Amino acid sequence: MSNAGEAAPGEPSTAGDGTAYDELPTETRRSVLRQSLSVGLATGAYGISFGALGVSSGLSILQTSLLSVLLFSGGSQFAVVGILGAGGTGSAAVATSTLLGVRNGLYALQTSRLLDVRGWRRLAAAHLTIDESTAVAVGQDLRRAGRLGFWATGLAVFVFWNLMTLLGAFVGNALGDPTRWGLDAAAAAAFTALLWPRLRSRDAAATMVLAIAIALLTSPLLPVGVPVILTVLAALVVGLTGGGRHERADEDDPEPDLDPGAEVAR
Amino acid sequence: MSDWTIVLLSSALAFATKLAGYVVPESWVEGPRRRRVLALLPVALLAGLVAIQTFGGDGGSLHVDARLAAVAVAVVLLLVRANFLVVVIAAAAVAAGLRAIGWG
Repeated sequence: MSNAGEAAPGEPSTAGDGTAYDELPTETRRSVLRQSLSVGLATGAYGISFGALGVSSGLSILQTSLLSVLLFSGGSQFAVVGILGAGGTGSAAVATSTLLGVRNGLYALQTSRLLDVRGWRRLAAAHLTIDESTAVAVGQDLRRAGRLGFWATGLAVFVFWNLMTLLGAFVGNALGDPTRWGLDAAAAAAFTALLWPRLRSRDAAATMVLAIAIALLTSPLLPVGVPVILTVLAALVVGLTGGGRHERADEDDPEPDLDPGAEVAR
Repeated sequence: MSDWTIVLLSSALAFATKLAGYVVPESWVEGPRRRRVLALLPVALLAGLVAIQTFGGDGGSLHVDARLAAVAVAVVLLLVRANFLVVVIAAAAVAAGLRAIGWG
């Protein structure tokens, strides 16, 4: 793969020719790989809670593990097993999972420019496009370092997340009655922890309050799982009306949808 | 919908969403309003999931029980920047402990 002439606009002019551009300084390379590995370990560790919750929701060990291999997006996976565990329908679980996954598509708009990949590499990159790989990739100063960070973090999270899911699924299977061990409360806490780093702006806080109100008010009236989907209205209402006062800030920041802190273990 | 359909369909849609970002023109999500709605989408859904997982019971009924205490502990731990896994395990322990002594 030749990278000559591939330098992005804004790439530091130290890349005098293709060869020099290809080589990352050893120090930078090491630091990116170290960061990728630590994010992979930290994120992978909570795969154990997903694995345990997956089997407690009624999925088999194989089905729980396949969600980590194939779906590979923490928030969506927790949503699937959370809604199934609460007695929701399959369509509600799939719809919530997919809506939560929309942000990965937004990350992909950025990583596709950074990676510039085609063919099977593009398919692999798409699969690895999640909160963590994107956050590490866009956090690098050099484009080449960003690419390395994306792949290394994506692969590290993939490996550890799947290993720990499998472990958690066996542990959860051995535990038996999920409520006795507080696994239902663990699911609520997991969603709280996933939500937490996203509550940075006033709009986000307003969206949260409105979404909670919508979910609780409609819960007794609608089939399980539907109230969560209805919370999309909270994002629409706040996003379309409440945010007017932030118009200028949005223009200053070309990529407000990316939240580098989100879901990256702190 | 069978469990297998749920697993495979949610996975296929997740992949399609990711891949879409590599193939659709970026103009599809241009504009501050559209971007704001998309950025707030996970906030709304996760908040809804917190609410339902904390209070929801059979048939959509609402209950206050050990789960609320567990989530309160989770919030306190998040305020002091505890690690994700610590938060989740502590919440499970609180709920399990309260149930063991007969509450919630």
